[in-house]
Amino acid sequence: MNGAERIASAFAATPDRAAVMPYLMAGFPDLATSAEIGEACIDAGADVLELGVPFSDPLADGPVIHAAATRALAQGTTVADALSLAERLAQRAPIVAMAYTNTVLAPGADRFLECLAASGVAGLIVPDLPYEEGEELAAAATAAGIALVPLVAPTTTPERFAAIGARAAGFMYVVSVMGTTGERAHGATDLGPLLARAKAATAVPVAVGFGISGPDQAVAATVAGADGVIVGSRLVRAAGEAEDAPREVGRLVREIAEALSGVVA
Amino acid sequence: MSSAQVPHRYGPYGGQYVPETLMPALAQLELAWVEARASEAFATELALLARDYVGRPSPLYEARTLSARAGYPVFLKREDLNHTGSHKINNALGQALLAKRMGKPRVIAETGAGQHGVAAATAAALLGLDCVVYMGEEDIRRQQPNVQRMELLGARVAPVAAGARTLKEAVSAAIRDWVENVADTHYIIGSAVGPAPYPAIVRELQRVIGDEARAQILERTGRLPDRVIACVGGGSNAIGTFGAFIEDEGVELIGVEAAGEGLETGRHGAPLTAGGRAGVLHGSLSAVLQDDDGQILEAHSVSAGLDYPGSGPEHAQLRDSGRARYVAVTDAQALAAFREFARLEGIIPALESAHALAWLLENPAGELDILCLSGRGDKDLAEVLSFSGPR
Repeated sequence: MNGAERIASAFAATPDRAAVMPYLMAGFPDLATSAEIGEACIDAGADVLELGVPFSDPLADGPVIHAAATRALAQGTTVADALSLAERLAQRAPIVAMAYTNTVLAPGADRFLECLAASGVAGLIVPDLPYEEGEELAAAATAAGIALVPLVAPTTTPERFAAIGARAAGFMYVVSVMGTTGERAHGATDLGPLLARAKAATAVPVAVGFGISGPDQAVAATVAGADGVIVGSRLVRAAGEAEDAPREVGRLVREIAEALSGVVA
Repeated sequence: MSSAQVPHRYGPYGGQYVPETLMPALAQLELAWVEARASEAFATELALLARDYVGRPSPLYEARTLSARAGYPVFLKREDLNHTGSHKINNALGQALLAKRMGKPRVIAETGAGQHGVAAATAAALLGLDCVVYMGEEDIRRQQPNVQRMELLGARVAPVAAGARTLKEAVSAAIRDWVENVADTHYIIGSAVGPAPYPAIVRELQRVIGDEARAQILERTGRLPDRVIACVGGGSNAIGTFGAFIEDEGVELIGVEAAGEGLETGRHGAPLTAGGRAGVLHGSLSAVLQDDDGQILEAHSVSAGLDYPGSGPEHAQLRDSGRARYVAVTDAQALAAFREFARLEGIIPALESAHALAWLLENPAGELDILCLSGRGDKDLAEVLSFSGPR
């Protein structure tokens, strides 16, 4: 199976609830612990794992994930380390790497995709690579068997939705709020219409991220029509604060998975 | 999907590497800019403000002592005499007017040396816009007078604690703010960097420097200069000055970057001079300081305005094509030139401009030079005096 197919079967394997998609930062709080956190997420019911490759200047990320990347880099985490971690976790769940454009370009896009594929990574999200800049990478990703997952936002115009949706692979990542990644007290207010536009534009599943921090927001996103929910900053914060980080992150993921069981749009 | 009406690429460089949330805002900005450029009312308002508020045209001064030292006439384009003390006001005023046109009541800006922050705060005060200026904590320390100016002008200075707490992080913080508040906020980027259409907008708003200088030198000397010299951080005063001379094949264009503690130490701010693989920083592909994994490296320069690991995409293209040449000057050379020039000419230059002066002082050649004196150095006194050196 190629990456897109592995992601598709992960979504298909949870017909009774939305896919649970935790995000973790490779190398945070340290490399070994981030591996245990990934395992704990899978044990807790994660369907797809999003693995952040630390970057020095992550423009789409808020303070929590930015700080986690900075710390991972300060401890010497390399892209190769992140790929080794991906390889280990990919034995158990589809991995979608989240990497910034400059990380992809550094070894050359083809070489980067080759490394992802060799590590068993199923998909790639590049948060600072909009549709206009992504044509070459999308083609190269398809050739390498990696699903290039695009992002859409509340500001995305109908024209862009159509173009992005047609090229989407794996799933479509719906940024539910204006802003960078991070926890928010209130979820997005107009999520229903946004998800409806996303679903109308693409054949792949639609997952919501940015600002989903707990069961309530995850359930609300599902009710609004999401096929999957991505939880990032809340888990990364727990990874940094908890005494037993894998256990605490696992608990949070399980809480969300349980809350979502039986909830359908 | 988008029909670009201003350049998005300079050879392979440039582009729009930003989160999806910002793409419609960049399209809106491009459209507003194209309309503004075609609008007589906009041109008139900007020209009147440039004349009566900024004090343009800035003089082209034949530097007496510097010329005697070089052995031939050296003309200084006196952007230091602009209102707010640097070339930054040319761009800030134009973009603030653009924000007004777009109906955005709030503007944000980043600043390194504080010159752009002061210019943005000034334009915002004039036009009645809310203004937040992001500034690294290290730069806040280095540039206290400018912080006080911005606050007096009614702007809020937002300290940035990430990374090396300098210009790179201030730009990132401004972009993050913009992603969140794009509906009512315009980001007045301060240099010829960032995603398209910013490099083109900043270049055109700064182009007034080169256009004036070219007309002035022709009027004064009846000929074009042999060389045009300007300092390069992101590269806005340089691209504005070079812009008018690019078609003049006989005119050599020289951009002076910050060599910091020395190019060989790796602690510098000279990505164009140092060369290496291009990279993406702050929305565009250009020359950038980075490691093998593509992590952006911290720049180092005594001058806060040149303390930046990236560069404008058009400069990268000008370098590759050979149309412009990029060189670098160390902290020590710039500090010495700062002091020397103050006594020679009776002008205290900005530390940024002192880099260009240092290079010229050490490399006189030809028969006629123009150097863009991009700003004045009042803001740098505390920083310069904290370094021991020849008095």
